[in-house]
Amino acid sequence: MGRYVVRRLLQMIPVFLGATLLIFLMVNVMGDPVAGLCGDRECDPSTAARLRKEFGLDRPVWQQYLTYMGNVLAGDFGTAFNGRPVTELMADSFPVTARLTVVAILFELVVGITLGVITGLRRGRPVDTSVLVLTLVVISVPTFVTGLLLQLLLGVKWGWIKPSVSAEAGFGELIVPGLVLASVSLAYVTRLTRTSLAENRSSDYVRTAIAKGLPRRRVVTRHLLRNSLIPVVTFIGTDIGALMGGAIVTERIFNIHGVGYQLYQGIIRQNTQTVVGFVTVLVLVFLVAGLLVDLLYAVLDPRIRYV
Amino acid sequence: MRGARPGKWAACAVAVVLAATGCSGGGSGGGDSGAVLSSSWGDPQNPLEPANTTEVQGGKVLDMIFRGLKRYDPETGEARDMLAESIETDDSQTFTITVEDGWTFSNGEQVTARSFVDAWNYGAGLENNQRGAYFFSYIEGYDAVHPEDGGEQTARTLSGLEVTGERTFTVRLSQKFSMFPETLGYAAYAPLPRAFFDDHDAWLAKPVGNGPYRVDSYRRGSQMSLRTWEDYPGDDAARNGGVDLKVYTDNNTAYTDLLAGNLDLVDDVPAAQLRNVESDLGDRYITAPAGIIQTLAFPFYDEEWNRSGSEKVRRGLSMAINREQITDTIFRQTRTPATDWTSPVLGEAGGYKRGLCGTACEYDPEEARRLIDEGGGLPGGQIKITYNADTGSHKQWVDAVCHSINNALENDRACVGNPFGTFADFRSSISDRKMPGPFRAGWQMDYPLIQNFLQPLYYTNGSSNDGKWSNRKFDDLVDRANAETDASKATEAFQQAEEVLLAHMAAIPLWYQNGSAGYSERLSDVRLNPFSVPVYNEIKVS
Repeated sequence: MGRYVVRRLLQMIPVFLGATLLIFLMVNVMGDPVAGLCGDRECDPSTAARLRKEFGLDRPVWQQYLTYMGNVLAGDFGTAFNGRPVTELMADSFPVTARLTVVAILFELVVGITLGVITGLRRGRPVDTSVLVLTLVVISVPTFVTGLLLQLLLGVKWGWIKPSVSAEAGFGELIVPGLVLASVSLAYVTRLTRTSLAENRSSDYVRTAIAKGLPRRRVVTRHLLRNSLIPVVTFIGTDIGALMGGAIVTERIFNIHGVGYQLYQGIIRQNTQTVVGFVTVLVLVFLVAGLLVDLLYAVLDPRIRYV
Repeated sequence: MRGARPGKWAACAVAVVLAATGCSGGGSGGGDSGAVLSSSWGDPQNPLEPANTTEVQGGKVLDMIFRGLKRYDPETGEARDMLAESIETDDSQTFTITVEDGWTFSNGEQVTARSFVDAWNYGAGLENNQRGAYFFSYIEGYDAVHPEDGGEQTARTLSGLEVTGERTFTVRLSQKFSMFPETLGYAAYAPLPRAFFDDHDAWLAKPVGNGPYRVDSYRRGSQMSLRTWEDYPGDDAARNGGVDLKVYTDNNTAYTDLLAGNLDLVDDVPAAQLRNVESDLGDRYITAPAGIIQTLAFPFYDEEWNRSGSEKVRRGLSMAINREQITDTIFRQTRTPATDWTSPVLGEAGGYKRGLCGTACEYDPEEARRLIDEGGGLPGGQIKITYNADTGSHKQWVDAVCHSINNALENDRACVGNPFGTFADFRSSISDRKMPGPFRAGWQMDYPLIQNFLQPLYYTNGSSNDGKWSNRKFDDLVDRANAETDASKATEAFQQAEEVLLAHMAAIPLWYQNGSAGYSERLSDVRLNPFSVPVYNEIKVS
């Protein structure tokens, strides 16, 4: 087990380097960021030259990348164009997005798996059909429609919530945005659980368990569900990264100042430091989530052993 | 979830009823002078220093926490003395400025001549990386403090600035510029306290100025709380308790928040909401002319646009654009068809001349076709209008302009849009002189002077002369206007310079832009100044 983890961690290094290099190059291809800093007019050449020097943009790209990576390893992610250190932006925004992700994942786990179990055990019944239709609707409607609709109904028409989230972004305020963010994944989790459960219901070990005379509840939770959750866990694990980085739409609608907001501003202002820094951390989140998922397999299915 | 804020207001309202005095301080004119309003805001692009702020979001804050030598009247845009006791000159080149006695910064420090001179030297200094440094380029010694050739700065102070007394200093310009005193209301010319220089980081974290508001707390990127400065010595003290500026990523969300009663003031109603704004807000929606003009500029570094006869093509294109229809349908009359190269906010006396462009700015497809044929046709048979697609609904109007041109010229391929993904990319292509044809050129005035609408944009090598247009006659007229000591004669000379623009159609004027705002029922006396920023200090909260 320990050796497996070490091996996986070592494998992350080349993935991490490759990913950051790619992002760095892509942001650089976008053009000269200093040009956009002076409003609707040209920066005077000497100020522009000084700004370029300050942000290290006057050196060749490979040098910029090496310096940047050196700094990152020392914990310095550079400075955004508005003069704030990127680490400060991260400290502001990652906790917010992490809370949003936790809310979304909880929705997926609790609502998604519950619905999946109900439909999986009652295949073909009305409750199954109606949940299936419902998930189909959720999957086919884009997130910004769901988001704007809920915002308008709950926020303006009925006044149950505030349409925007405050700067503090506590868990309470994030329930509706979290639901919106989770909606599509939630539908997938329901369908995955349902199919997986339905498949395993006719397997030998379930038949044996029932034949042993185990109570139904125990058969479902201990034997059936535990084995059926592997694909679901894989999905949710990879979804953590996707939710954190892909929350741009939801964060814009509800004015949440999280990772999506910072990334959006970084891209619009062509701020290399912000974009590369945030994406680097997101890449790390992806890698770690992937590792955790693999380790969870062993917990769920005793047949899987890591050496 | 709706808890905290409304609760506080409720408590406040109860206090008003019981004590009939308002929440803090005495009530004035029906409003509760202690109540705080919330307003939408965007994250400023650059650090909040006066000479480093070139966009409206940072400018909004500077307008609240600073007062300069002059201030522009929110109604007429006229420059009035604020901190200036007098600004005197004999030759339009050397000015003696006296600062009024009794002004202090909100930290108690006196505003002296030195507060100005230090601030201006800082703003001009190359090593301070101030984006607005060019505002000081008229002052003598700018070349040494801010060399244009990329060398190091050789002086720390502008030789044209000299402190001659506790409250007086002189400014010597490198050329005659009679309207110089009128430019001094711009935020870049604000005075700065010693704290700015002594502990710069602390100042940036919580700016200190001399305006009617002081910064109470500032969470960068999310919210700034401004509170009324009780001891403000000026006569335009705030009539409310303060303003909470909240950063919104999307102004549609701000608008939704206003409808839900979660926000008091939105100062940029998104184009998509204009259709239902009347039914949503009724008379709580206001719109007022702002000093913004949209034009189409041309790449004069490209032979095709600089040959003789091309002015006929440009004139023809101008006449092929149906401005009325576009401003009606796309902008719902929040923009007005342009008939000169300035803005109505200048007023007749300030140099705005309605109809100066004449028939050249009127829709006349037949004449347009004739002129373009006479001028040798469109370069390459097709024009591409370049714009940035990331902000301000530019795509819609560019497509509409092209549609109008195509219809007028009876050619489906005469005009196409050429979008750029980001503003920075668009700007860098302009700087590299790579525009393939006409391109979007928006101009928001720095100060309400006709000079500001002409010189930066069309003077040879002007700071925003993106098309690199150059004309001896125009330059001479501008120089003459700047040297003219009589204001009306100066304006006249500027208008003659405008005639030169017309003769060459150096840029096609499209429309003047209005500012817009919507507010909640709690507010009254809301209006927009010519910079399309709400006049916060006048707003009353009930």
